Formats: sequence, structure tokens, C-alpha cells
Amino acid sequence: MSTTPDLNVERDVGDFHYDTTYEFDAGVGLNESTIDYICKVKGEGDWVKEFRMKALKIFQDKPVPTHWASDDLNSIDYDKIRYYLSKGQRPSRTWDEVPDDIKKTFERLGIPEKERAYLAGVEAQFDSEASYSNMKEDLSEQGVIFTGPTEALRDHPEIFRKWFGKVIPIGDNKFSALNSAVFSGGSFIYIPPGVKVKQPLQAYFRINAENFGQFERTLIIADEGAEVTYMEGCTAPKFETSTLHSAVVELVALKGAKIQYITVQNWSANVFNLVTKRGMAMDDAEIKWIDCNIGSRLTMKYPGVVMRGPGARGEVLSIALAHDGQHQDTGAKMIHAADNTTSNIISKSISIGEGRSTYRGVVNIPRNLKNCKNNTECDALLINSNSRTDTYPAITVRGNQSTVQHEASVSKVSAEQIFYMMQRGIPEDEAMSLAVNGFVNDLIREFPMEYSVELKRLIDLEMEGSVG
Amino acid sequence: MPNPTLDDPEVFKIHQELSGIDVDWFRDRQRAEWSRYLELPMPVRTNEKWRFANLKRIREMDRFEAVTGGAPDAADIVDKSKRFQNVSGRIILVDDSQVSPVYLEESLAGKGVIFTTLVDAIVKHPELVQKYFMQQSPELGSEKFEALHVALLRNGVFLYVPDDVEIKDPFVVYNWALKDKGTIFPHTLFITGRNSKANLIEFQECANEDSSHLVVANAHLYAEDGAKPSHTIVQNWNLNTLSFQLNTNNAQGNTEAKSTLINVGSAQARQEIHGKIFGSGSNVEMHALNVPNGSQEFDQRTLQTHIAPNSRSDLLFKNALMDKSRTIFSGLIIVEEDAQQTDAYQTNNNLMMSEDVEANSLPGLEIKANDVKCSHGATTGRIDESELFYFLARGIPRMKAQELMLFGYFEEIIVKLDNPELVSYARELVQMKFAG
Repeated sequence: MSTTPDLNVERDVGDFHYDTTYEFDAGVGLNESTIDYICKVKGEGDWVKEFRMKALKIFQDKPVPTHWASDDLNSIDYDKIRYYLSKGQRPSRTWDEVPDDIKKTFERLGIPEKERAYLAGVEAQFDSEASYSNMKEDLSEQGVIFTGPTEALRDHPEIFRKWFGKVIPIGDNKFSALNSAVFSGGSFIYIPPGVKVKQPLQAYFRINAENFGQFERTLIIADEGAEVTYMEGCTAPKFETSTLHSAVVELVALKGAKIQYITVQNWSANVFNLVTKRGMAMDDAEIKWIDCNIGSRLTMKYPGVVMRGPGARGEVLSIALAHDGQHQDTGAKMIHAADNTTSNIISKSISIGEGRSTYRGVVNIPRNLKNCKNNTECDALLINSNSRTDTYPAITVRGNQSTVQHEASVSKVSAEQIFYMMQRGIPEDEAMSLAVNGFVNDLIREFPMEYSVELKRLIDLEMEGSVG
Repeated sequence: MPNPTLDDPEVFKIHQELSGIDVDWFRDRQRAEWSRYLELPMPVRTNEKWRFANLKRIREMDRFEAVTGGAPDAADIVDKSKRFQNVSGRIILVDDSQVSPVYLEESLAGKGVIFTTLVDAIVKHPELVQKYFMQQSPELGSEKFEALHVALLRNGVFLYVPDDVEIKDPFVVYNWALKDKGTIFPHTLFITGRNSKANLIEFQECANEDSSHLVVANAHLYAEDGAKPSHTIVQNWNLNTLSFQLNTNNAQGNTEAKSTLINVGSAQARQEIHGKIFGSGSNVEMHALNVPNGSQEFDQRTLQTHIAPNSRSDLLFKNALMDKSRTIFSGLIIVEEDAQQTDAYQTNNNLMMSEDVEANSLPGLEIKANDVKCSHGATTGRIDESELFYFLARGIPRMKAQELMLFGYFEEIIVKLDNPELVSYARELVQMKFAG
């Protein structure tokens, strides 16, 4: 069996870190005093503390879900993780005010440049707290809010509390409970009725410290008829020990609103990425998750949409690329809870070397609903003889008024295609890259242009050395 | 005195005392399986292999009693067991007891074909039985019931077709449940030698409509190189019966093995079928035609495991759900690392005929080799109104139109049955179900 040669040329664009001194550090391990510490540093009120303590208890009581998921989850040592680290920074509105060592990191990742080029607003999180947060002035004037949960709790409690923890309850799963106990950082976005934000808002999450757990919390509310596109990017340097990222993302699209949430994840290969993402779509609202998972050691992420209002629409478009030592366990959940709701899942995965990609899905249409439709397509591409892929959908339909179809296929890159390209002078590895790009091309077209270029580049880099 | 219930510690002892099978290896195996049965836990919903399953009836299994009596007087049942005219052999079992002599077409015995009861085969062909008996397990969740099956099994059917023998007419087996609240354990061992061809059809019926039964049946099919076996089970237990059917289909190289389930009866039927391909060049087909109505639940779990390279498997399970019935289909294609050039398919279609039905579909793939063509599909929908309109516009009443469409829907499986008598019987069963 062949193993892919380890090429560390340019693939790990985020694989660097600067030594940083932290002013606040909750220490190693998780118990009630960790939560006391976080609450004190952040100056949080009683209800938040109660929320966190309740979550801690649930986290401690819930078993690791290895009865269906990977046993690799058991290798996370929660006693060795640091749950809160910050320099005590407040998010600044200009890059000049960002502490030098943090700024250096984001400059190297090209974030300020991207902001100038095409973004309507940026938030950049370094370990537990945001370091930078800025949004175009005209959006603020229209009442758009783009901030972190700490600031949202302080400045907009009436909107924040109404939806916080409502789409994903604390006890949804072990990792949502963990996040609810120690959350810090993340984004809070509110788009007022009728406001259509044309350019994307972006958050960038960076893990800098070793043995660290990042637990950002994101809540996006698009009020009636509002529209927003949000993008997040994530990186972490490669350390000897593993790192934990466990976010909770809640989206609320009120009547007629549209939310598009784009993730391009390129965590280093030691990160456990265990994320809970779910949206709630009211009447005629639309939530679209575009999810691209490239890095990490194990990703478990199944973005979902609960279609609560008639005519609501949910969509998940996802690309996963699993290299040696990586397991991309991703998928989608579509919960239909009103008439005339439609959902669409398109998932494409590529397994390279000993990489493993898994699609896991849930589609649920309860009784008495009329004219609900779901379409699911999963395609897996296997590059090497020792690559692996799995598909585990679960579809429940009650009643005779709805239609569901699911299709999945597994294949390899066609030898004829490669031969054809090589005959025309294209080297084999380039031909393979082209074939893989062709496989995901129709999905990548759905991405904003800047992202699709980056994604194609990342796929090319991942494909290097995969032939043979 | 009433028969003991299944949880009675004396049950196994009584069974052993009354059983006519006095063979050491078999007794040892039964003892081991009885211990395993006692040790294994009852299924729980949190186990993936029991996801969506209704466990209420299964937890109340102790309401059934172990059948410990001798062969019942069942002349009328024997008469009812002659549905098929053109058969190569016939065995009739009532409550796991042989009630009439085994019929085997004379010329076949001369060719070395063995068609007899399991008890008879254990005595007369010990080496053959021992080589194949319970060598495989479906491994799909019902291990506890499988252990109970072996521990308490009293008889069964043994069909052995030697190398190079091809038989046209089917062998038929009738398994009847008679005693109210009784528990039976039908066992089938079907072995086809190299380049042989044979067809086995099993009918599962209850003598009375109102009695209730627990049935834990096992069937194991072995296809040696180049063999072409076909195995069909017509599950038509009455509507008070809780039934398990735990099957393995084992294919060596260049075989064409086909298994079909026609599901009509049972209050709740749990079926586990594992198709294993050990040799290259094989083609394994697994089909099911399921017509639940009332409050029936059909819970089907399947595996298609490709161990050797260059083979094909195709699964097609079709449900037409009526009234308040529910189905679960959980299927998995596993392609092992060395099974390159595998070509595997799996399809589950659900036709929803009422607003109170529920269909759960879990089609899965686990692929560890890369040069493969594997796909699965699942659809759930209703009868197309525009197609119905076509019938109505031509003066065909709605009910008749629906019936015709249902026939059309199942025809894809019925035509594969490859036996005219079975084809017409299957159509009759579908029609009876549709008429309620």
C-alpha cells in the first residue's frame, strides 16, 4: 500500500505561531472554578453564569458519543486543555490598535488585505477573544450589528437573550454543552428588517496557543426580509499535542430573510473540530450553509436547518477533503416542520492517501405536512487504494404528501480521463488535480469568487504528491 | 400443565430432554448458545443496529411459550401445503415438527441431491452439516435471538445440491405455526455445490388467524464456485406474530446467488440479511417486496460485504405502505480493502399510500477500496397524481388505477422470481393485501 509523501511546502499556510504572553489564563482543566474565572474576567451577570454552570453539568454527565462516532474522540484529554486565554484585549476598530504580535499573525494570513478588497465587515479572533472588529459605516447606520457575544450581552441583551441557546439547546450534544459552559468570542450579527447586506461579513478564527480549546459562539439573526452572507475562516499552527475547537453556531432567519453562511476550514492536522451548527428558518426564509472542510484531525460537523415556517428552504452544500491521518465526518440535517418546505443537500468528498471522509445525514418529514421536498446527493471520490469513504444517511418520512430522494455514489478518478490529459503533455499529478477540481467544480461555483479561487488553490496543494 | 415461558431456566433442559437430536457436537453447540442467549442484553434503541425500531413487542417476548410437545395431528395443514404442482421436493413442518414424509423427486436422490429435515441430516450426513451449520452470522443486531434460535431449535430443512447438478423445479418448504402463544425456530441450510443450480422456496404461514406466535427463523445459503442458487421466502405469518428472519448468503467465486423476500404477514417482522462475497466474479442479488398494512412494522437490515475483488451485488427493497404501517430499511455496502473492481448497488423505494404511514431509510456505504463503482439510492413518495389522472381519464376508477400502479411498482421484483407459479402467487398476495 502506498502512503502519500508528506509535503509541507505551502499547504499549511497557517502553520506558524508567535510566542505571546497572555494576561488572562484560566489554567489547565475544566471545573466550576474555570467558569468562575471566565465569568469574572468577562464581567458577566448571574444568568450567564447559571447558563454556563448548567452546561458544565450536562457536559460532565453526557457520554462521549462513540457508540456511533469515531473512537478517536476518546483520545481528547479534557484535563489537559486550556479553556480561556486572552491578552485582555478589547476588539479594536483599526488594525493599528491591535497588539503587534496578534496583528503580525493576521497580516501574514492576509486578513486586512481581504477586508479592504471586498468585505463589508471583519472580526478577527485570536485564541479566546476578538482582537479586531470593524464594519462599514453605512451598515452601522442602517442598524446592522456585528460584534462578539460578550459585547452583545452587554449592549443588546434584548435581542441576544431572545435567541441565544434557542436553536441549539445546551444539552443538544456533549460538545454543545461544552461550548455553552466555556464559550468565549465568536460573532453576533443582527440585520434589521428589510436590510440587504450586499458584501459579505467575515470572521476569522485563529488558534495560536498549544493545548488550547477554542469555543466561539455565533448567533446571527436576519430580521424579516433581511439578507446577509457571513463567512468564516479558521487556522491553527501545527503543534505536537492536539487542540480542540468546539463552536456553536445558531442562525435565525425570520420571515422572508436569507442567510448564507460560508465556512472554509483549514485547521492543522492536530485539531479536533467538533462543531454544532443549526439554523431556524421561518416563513419563506432561506438558510444556506456552504461548508468546506479541508484540515483538522477529526471534524464532526452536520449543519442543519429547521424549517419552521411554511415555504422555508434549507440548503447544505459541502466539500470535504481528507488527507492522511484525517477524518472528515460531515453531513447535514434537514428538519421539515411546516408545509411547502424544501431542502437540498449536495455533498462532495475526496479522500486522499489514508484519509477518510464520512457523510452522515438526517432528513425528517413529520406527519401531516404537505408538499415537502428533499433532495440529497452525495458523491465521494477516492484517490488512493487505501483511501476510505462512508455514507450514513437516515431518512424518515411520515404521510403521503411529501417527496424525498437520496442518491450517493463512490468512484475513483477515471483512468481514461487521466490518460487523455497525459497524452496532451499534462503531468500525472496535474491531471489528477484537474480531475478533482472538475469533480467539485459545480459546487465551487456557488462560492463567492475570492473563495473559489482560494479553494481551488487549496485543493491543488492537497493533491500534490497524491499520485502513485 | 402450561408450557414454560422463555425466561424459565428449565426451558432449555426440557427442550434438550425432548429433542430427538442426540449428537454431541450439536448438543454442545446448543448449550453454548443457551448461555450466550442468557448473557446477551436485550436490544436498546440507542444501539445503531436498532435505530428507529419499535422494541415494545420485543421486550414482551416472555408472553410466548416454548413449544415442547411432539408432532401435532395436522392432516388438513398437509393438504394446504400443496400449492405448487411442479416441485423437486417438499417438506412440511408444523411447530418445528415434521408432519408428513419428505418428498424428493426420485431421479434427484440418484444424483446425490440431499433434501431432508435437519434432524435427519445431522444423523445421516454429520460431516456436511457440521461443516456448514451456523458458520456465519448476519451480525446485524439480533445476536441474542440468533443464540436463542440455535439453543432451542428442534428441526429444520437441509438441501444439498452436489457439484454440476442443475435442477429446474423448485424445492418447497412449508413452515407452519400452530400452537397459540407458541415459539418456533425454523432453520434452513441450503448448500449448492460447484456449478450447480437450484431454487428453494419457503412458505411461512400460521394455521389460524387469531393465534399468536414468536418465530425466530434462520436461513443460510452457501454457493460454491460457479453455483446459481435462488432462495425465496414468502413471509405470511398471521398479524399477531412477532417474527425474526436472520439470513446469510455466502457466495464463493463466479456464483449467481439470488435471494428474495416477499413480506406480507407478521405484526412486526425483523429481518437481517447479510450477503457475503468471498470469491471473484460473483453476482449477488437481494430483493424484497414488502406490502405492510394495518399497524404492521417491517424492520429490515442488510449488509452487502465484498471481500474479494471483481464482483457485483445489487439490492432492491421496495415497500408499498398502507394504513398505519411503518418500515425501516437500513442497508450497508461494505467494500473491503482488497475488493477492488467491486460494482455494488443498493436501492430502497417507498411508496406511501396513506397519510399515516412512516418509512425510515438508512442506506449506507463503507468503502475501503478505491477502484470501485458503488452507489445507493432511496426514494420516498406517493402515487403520481398525473399518472392517476391518465387512468381516470380513460374511465378506470381510482381504486383500480391505484391497484394497477401498485402492480406496476412491484413488477420489477416479481419478474425476477423466475418461476411461473411463484410469480402468480406473489401477484395474488399483493392483490389480497391491497384489497385489505
